[in-house]
Amino acid sequence: MRVMRRLIARIRNFATGHHGDERLREEMGQHLAMQTEENIRTGMAPEEARRQARLQFGAVETIRERYRAEESLQIIEALLRDMRISGRTLLRSPGFSIIAILVMALCIGATTSLFTVMRSVLLRPLPFRDPDQLVMIYEHFRDPSKNAQQFNYNSVAPADFYDWRAQTHGFEDMAVWRWWQYNLTGQHGELPELVSARAGSWNLFPLLGVQAAIGRTFTENEDRADGAAVMLTWNIFERRFGGDASIVGKQIHLDGKPYTVIGVLPRWFTYPDAKVQIWVPYASGMSPELLGYHDHHFSYVVARLRPEVSLANALSQVGAVQYRSHMRYLNDPVAEDVVSRTLSKDLAKDVTKPLVVLLGAVACMLLIGCLNVANLLVARSAARQKEISIRSALGAQRVTLIRAQLMESLLISIAGGAAGVMLSLAATRWLVNTWKDLPSAQGIHVDAVVMIFACGLVFAAALLAGLLPAISSTGKRAIAALQASARSGTGSQARTALRKSLLTIEIAATVVLLISAGLLLKSFWRLRTTDVGCVTENVLTISYNLPAKKYETPEKANAFNEGLLERVRNLPGIRAAGLGFLVPGAGPMGDDAFTIREHPAIPPGQELPVALYARADPDFFTTLQIPLLNGRFFTKDDRAGHPETVIVSRQLAQQYLPGENPLGKHLHVGAVGGDANYEIVGVVADTLYQVGKPSEATIYFPALGGNPLGGMLVVRTASDPLAFSVLVQKQIAALDPEMPVRDVFTLQQIIERSLGNASLSASLVLAFAVLSLMLASVGLYGVLSYLTTQRTGEIGIRIALGAQRDQVMRLMLGDGMRPALYGLALGLAASAGAVRLVQSMLYETQPLDPAIFTGVATTLLAVAALACMIPAWRASRIDPMQALRSE
Amino acid sequence: MKQKKDVQQGTLALMVLKTLDVLGPLHGYAVARRIEQISGDLLSVNQGTLYPVLLRLEQEGAIASDWATSDNNRRARFYRLTRTGHKLLETEKHDWEQTAEIIARFFEVKAEDLA
Repeated sequence: MRVMRRLIARIRNFATGHHGDERLREEMGQHLAMQTEENIRTGMAPEEARRQARLQFGAVETIRERYRAEESLQIIEALLRDMRISGRTLLRSPGFSIIAILVMALCIGATTSLFTVMRSVLLRPLPFRDPDQLVMIYEHFRDPSKNAQQFNYNSVAPADFYDWRAQTHGFEDMAVWRWWQYNLTGQHGELPELVSARAGSWNLFPLLGVQAAIGRTFTENEDRADGAAVMLTWNIFERRFGGDASIVGKQIHLDGKPYTVIGVLPRWFTYPDAKVQIWVPYASGMSPELLGYHDHHFSYVVARLRPEVSLANALSQVGAVQYRSHMRYLNDPVAEDVVSRTLSKDLAKDVTKPLVVLLGAVACMLLIGCLNVANLLVARSAARQKEISIRSALGAQRVTLIRAQLMESLLISIAGGAAGVMLSLAATRWLVNTWKDLPSAQGIHVDAVVMIFACGLVFAAALLAGLLPAISSTGKRAIAALQASARSGTGSQARTALRKSLLTIEIAATVVLLISAGLLLKSFWRLRTTDVGCVTENVLTISYNLPAKKYETPEKANAFNEGLLERVRNLPGIRAAGLGFLVPGAGPMGDDAFTIREHPAIPPGQELPVALYARADPDFFTTLQIPLLNGRFFTKDDRAGHPETVIVSRQLAQQYLPGENPLGKHLHVGAVGGDANYEIVGVVADTLYQVGKPSEATIYFPALGGNPLGGMLVVRTASDPLAFSVLVQKQIAALDPEMPVRDVFTLQQIIERSLGNASLSASLVLAFAVLSLMLASVGLYGVLSYLTTQRTGEIGIRIALGAQRDQVMRLMLGDGMRPALYGLALGLAASAGAVRLVQSMLYETQPLDPAIFTGVATTLLAVAALACMIPAWRASRIDPMQALRSE
Repeated sequence: MKQKKDVQQGTLALMVLKTLDVLGPLHGYAVARRIEQISGDLLSVNQGTLYPVLLRLEQEGAIASDWATSDNNRRARFYRLTRTGHKLLETEKHDWEQTAEIIARFFEVKAEDLA
């Protein structure tokens, strides 16, 4: 109570700037006068009376100080005073201040930015009801050889999901969703648009705890094959429908079929990613036959755990159901087991590793930045040694001196931090836009925790940068500087050692960063230069969907396809044009199990061979220059209504038909091919479906066969392919003005996009590394320049005594290079450990790649030598006469 | 010769409170003189040290002060005890007596008492 009152009074005085100086002076005056009077009364001479009164009263200054201390918040006043002085000091050398603040801003900004992303993606809970209880369940193939292809977390077949949900009780509920996309048109001929969609079971939104912002979510009754209800995400609701709530209850057309809009999802709802525009019921448009498959994996299962049931228990129930299913369909690719991961981990799975690596990189850079500022401060405190010595000789406490110096680094950090936070706002937005894989369900933005983190960072940086110089420049040795003559310069020996060790750490951290960046870059380069198995230059791809309503027969679809190909081939500058469904490097379309009719039946319990599937028209392979190894390409006759034919990749032939002639053999392809037996008519060379993944056995179906609802036009051009894109699109519009196209890309763009993450992390780490190298070389230069100035006298004497210029230069160079060499050795050793972190991100690159290690070592030494060269050269040019006279 | 004692931290505040309690409103000089008198010059207090203590007590609300004219027609700041001050004095007095009693008991203890 008393303490509180006192504090409040002090704060009030402090805030109002109230000073009782006047009052104290008057009171003291009266006091002395009264005492003097009394002393005179007791018989003293007036002069003596006054003197005695003073003596009895005590030291006026001390009392006044104690009075002031009592009156106000002394610590804060002192801090403010320190701050004023430091601010003035910083303003006096704007060059130093700006550089230091800039370094801090960059480092703190980058760190804050990555922390923002990391917090949003990895740490912040999902905006769903009890998000900790939510898990994703996947099918799990136990065969470890399949784990490389991520079959260990395999998407779920619809029939498996229905079994799980009906037969287990460990979960409160399970919901399922799948990918889809629709051609969205209005009722009155509005612009067609291809929208990314998800089909979710009716209980998905209640399970997540999400309510519609407008309208309602799906009902169980709508989750059927003919369920024609659709929910809009906020994105399309605002963008296409102008945020007009009256859209609810109206109809929109998806692939030409009318769907009723029943609700709009809240603005914050961006699960599973922000690109999703509409949701339809899971079973909508799915035949009961398709929903009955146990081996057609295309769905994702979200489950909510019962609070009283352990995850292991609930999962083992699901696993048991799955194993029964596996035993029932031994020949089909039905997984034996299930696995789960939490919903938040599931969303962040692709970015966790790069995020941790990037955060490590910026932490390294922050450390280097702080050390650099520390180094600059050590140099400055050397210049101010006299001032510090005098202050400490006059009785300033060490703590006071340290506080005063820390204030300087604190001011730098605060200014840098403020600029850094601004920077991080922009950087975060850039990162979110550039980093395609970042899950956005939590919303990535700066919040209170991030601000607290940034403030913490500012203080940590201030301490790191300021404490060492402050401690080293104060203390017992401080007085010694006063006694030491200018000639000796011995007092600075310890400080030089300190600067050198700071530099060693700085260089070591730089080496670690450079090596990580080098490895990531080399891996990225390996990816970039991978031969995907086809020509990648001057290839344009355009995808389109044929609405099922308008092109309901294969004949109609093929008429469009062939008409388009004909038109495109006749354009000037087009070398070749073909039709497929996807190109190498664009990722897999899907895979399926198959059997070879000519082979004996595979006994139950043994899995069927699996191949990726793709489509090709007669000119697809020649357009992409994928060589034919055996047999023939498709012809115009390989189409619906004719004998079923396929072309296989070399890997399929070698893997499943070793030593046999694949031509004339027949494949029976389960889910995709229906009941037909496909004759192999050709074998083509292998291509990579995705850069960075091993090639897979592939089956090509004729693009003109069956009833594909669209395709990918592949065009090889004579010159820059993008220049042809409008021309080609016009041909499509000429045939069918309502047909939307999508994914107009060159093949190189497609491959680059698939490498986006590797490219992003490699270039970011490289940027951090280069920045660190710059910082380290500036530090090196600074230390050696300082050293040169310190030793001017000594060098003057050496030269006067006959030392050769190049000897002096060698001496100085050696002095500067020693910390660089130590740092290099330390950094190489540390890198050997640090590369473990990036190891899993590398493609065809050894973590201890000798070329990278030597390359980094050479670069660092060269840069270090360059940074040392200038001061060393300056030292060798010292005029001995002048040097000695200046002392 | 009598040895002068340094005043313990906090004791001075208690003395000020008691003085004001007994004698009513006083100015700083009078308080200082009374304390000297009562303690029989046993305490070595620089009179000046009183002022920070007075300020502190005032900020704690234990005393209040106003300018007034003293007996010999001098303008002086008079300090008086507030109700909070009274309460504070009571508790402090109680605490002090308790401490003194406990210490006294320890000094009176003999070896046979503890056997």
